[in-house]
Amino acid sequence: MSKLREVFKNHKAFIPFVTAGDPSAARTVASVVALAEAGADIVELGVPFSDPIADGPVIQAAGLRAFAGGITVNGVFDIVAEIRKQTQVPLVFLTYANLPFKYGYDAFCRRCAALGVAGLVIPDLPAEEAGEILPFTKKHGLDLIPLVSPTSGSRLAKLVTDATGFIYIVSALGVTGQRAGFAQNLPDLIAALRQVTDAPLCVGFGVHTPEQARELAGLADGVIVGSAIVAQAAAAGDDAPAAIAAYTRDMVAAVRQAEVDA
Amino acid sequence: MTQTIDNRFGEFGGQYVPETLMTALDQLTTAFEAAKQDPEFQAEFHRLLNEYANRPSLLYYAKRMTETLGGAKIYLKREDLNHTGAHKINNVIGQVLLARRLGKTRLIAETGAGQHGVATATIAALFGMECEVFMGKEDTERQQLNVYRMRLLGAKVNAVTSGQGLLKDAVNAALQDWAAHPDDTFYVIGSAMGPAPYPAMVHEFQSVISKESKAQYQTVAGKLPDAIVACVGGGSNAIGSFAAYLDDPSVRLYGVEAAGQGVASGKTAATLELGTPGIFHGMKSIFLQNQEGQIAKVYSISAGLDYPGIGPEHAALQATGRAEYVGITDEEAVAAFEFIAKQEGIIAAIESCHAVAYVQKLAPTMRPDQSIICTLSGRGDKDVASIAKYRGEEIHE
Repeated sequence: MSKLREVFKNHKAFIPFVTAGDPSAARTVASVVALAEAGADIVELGVPFSDPIADGPVIQAAGLRAFAGGITVNGVFDIVAEIRKQTQVPLVFLTYANLPFKYGYDAFCRRCAALGVAGLVIPDLPAEEAGEILPFTKKHGLDLIPLVSPTSGSRLAKLVTDATGFIYIVSALGVTGQRAGFAQNLPDLIAALRQVTDAPLCVGFGVHTPEQARELAGLADGVIVGSAIVAQAAAAGDDAPAAIAAYTRDMVAAVRQAEVDA
Repeated sequence: MTQTIDNRFGEFGGQYVPETLMTALDQLTTAFEAAKQDPEFQAEFHRLLNEYANRPSLLYYAKRMTETLGGAKIYLKREDLNHTGAHKINNVIGQVLLARRLGKTRLIAETGAGQHGVATATIAALFGMECEVFMGKEDTERQQLNVYRMRLLGAKVNAVTSGQGLLKDAVNAALQDWAAHPDDTFYVIGSAMGPAPYPAMVHEFQSVISKESKAQYQTVAGKLPDAIVACVGGGSNAIGSFAAYLDDPSVRLYGVEAAGQGVASGKTAATLELGTPGIFHGMKSIFLQNQEGQIAKVYSISAGLDYPGIGPEHAALQATGRAEYVGITDEEAVAAFEFIAKQEGIIAAIESCHAVAYVQKLAPTMRPDQSIICTLSGRGDKDVASIAKYRGEEIHE
């Protein structure tokens, strides 16, 4: 069983996101360690890309701060190496396709595996194109995490075929960022996915309050939060690790409460 | 070169977009394939091209340019005489007819120089559809006239401030808007780029340029031309200018990129000369980027050519050697802008003047019994103020 799949064996998961290198490598390491200590089940680490078309303004701004701090792809790997000295929390990368493509899919996946990165989320690599990286994620034991959208419709079975880790359900249309509500067909989408896969289902895009996390965790197996954490970290400055850890404790409690609700 | 069943041109092309857009792309592919075979669609498309957009466009023999340059005969394919003043309208009519078939009510578009935005706003007005155009903030400032034109036509112009505020950033914003509204919105992509089926679709709708020029030249000369020259940003007028000649190996095809201040200057948009394979804006193609794959900043005097990528079919045509891609600097393009104005009485778009500048180099190397067809992709009224400024003169429109 994949390392990511094991996370979901006993409970629902809370998965926070931070942009690697925002605003520095040291801050990212401290933040990820703090998130792990606060109970994050998996941490999603964004690899900054010059043109992040799936991301809203908050995560775009985080990428710009990371570039201002001199982040590179190898710099992100160095951050992971530092994180691994302090915590074994499962990590997944959020990266746009061009970065692993230029690094070389084989070399990128090998480096991830060597550092204990368990999976990849690649928003601009849909099922139709995933075949070019899948041989390498499989070779190195990584999970390629498929994204499913409220518009996926008849495509669901195709999307989950190679889901060895979890499935990332995009809860709303458009880009990442806080929202008041989610796609109306979300419960139906989750029910339809349950018909075609046993993979854990995690919901992200727009989640920010514990109430939302509790509600979504009631439907799904995990909740992913990005922009809300990135925004809090940016506002807290040097106190970011403590601030996002406190928030994570609340969100983990909300997700766990959903298990009790069930 | 035909797009193969897996959406590729050789190794280039594909559909590298978020899952949210895949259902819309699937629907578009189905509608496009059906429309290509549908006589009713084709009749409506050509009726609008002829009755509304003023096609066929002239193939004009540029006698004075030919005599001055000495060498090959120079013919100009006058896309600048189309309604809205550029080749862009050909593709927009085709795509908007598809949008109507798909029941979409809102059109969005990216634009660089503003010509594609104006064309989209125009057809939106004609069909009574809602229209929003994304344009880099920097471009809105250097193409104010086109911004006002779009608003006059009823479109909303969204000035994009992210990144450099150029064409690339406008495409990012348009893709993001489309991902937020895939159900009611149709993204009218203006160049031969983006995810499949867009590159093939733009090829299809713009191929009217070369289908016409081939027949027109046949009437004049009874043979094939020897060379085709067209400017390339994303590559829509070039692919339209090349399309009918792709299987005629005697016809040399030249795509002319914007070298900005020079290919070696670091301030350039010469993608095919300096770029490397990558994945961006929905396609695998050639991009200006750094070693790790971050997309590069670009520069050109021309707002229509300063794009860090190129359509996948051009990347494939370069890889197979079927077409050649060359760079022309700002200075050479501005000199060509002045040259064609004084020689032929034509004020051509600064984009098109990159092609004219290459013709100035190419024609003298060829024989008088040979011919070049150069596509004038658009008219240059929009550029007059910025060319004056380049020459040190401030004028107010």
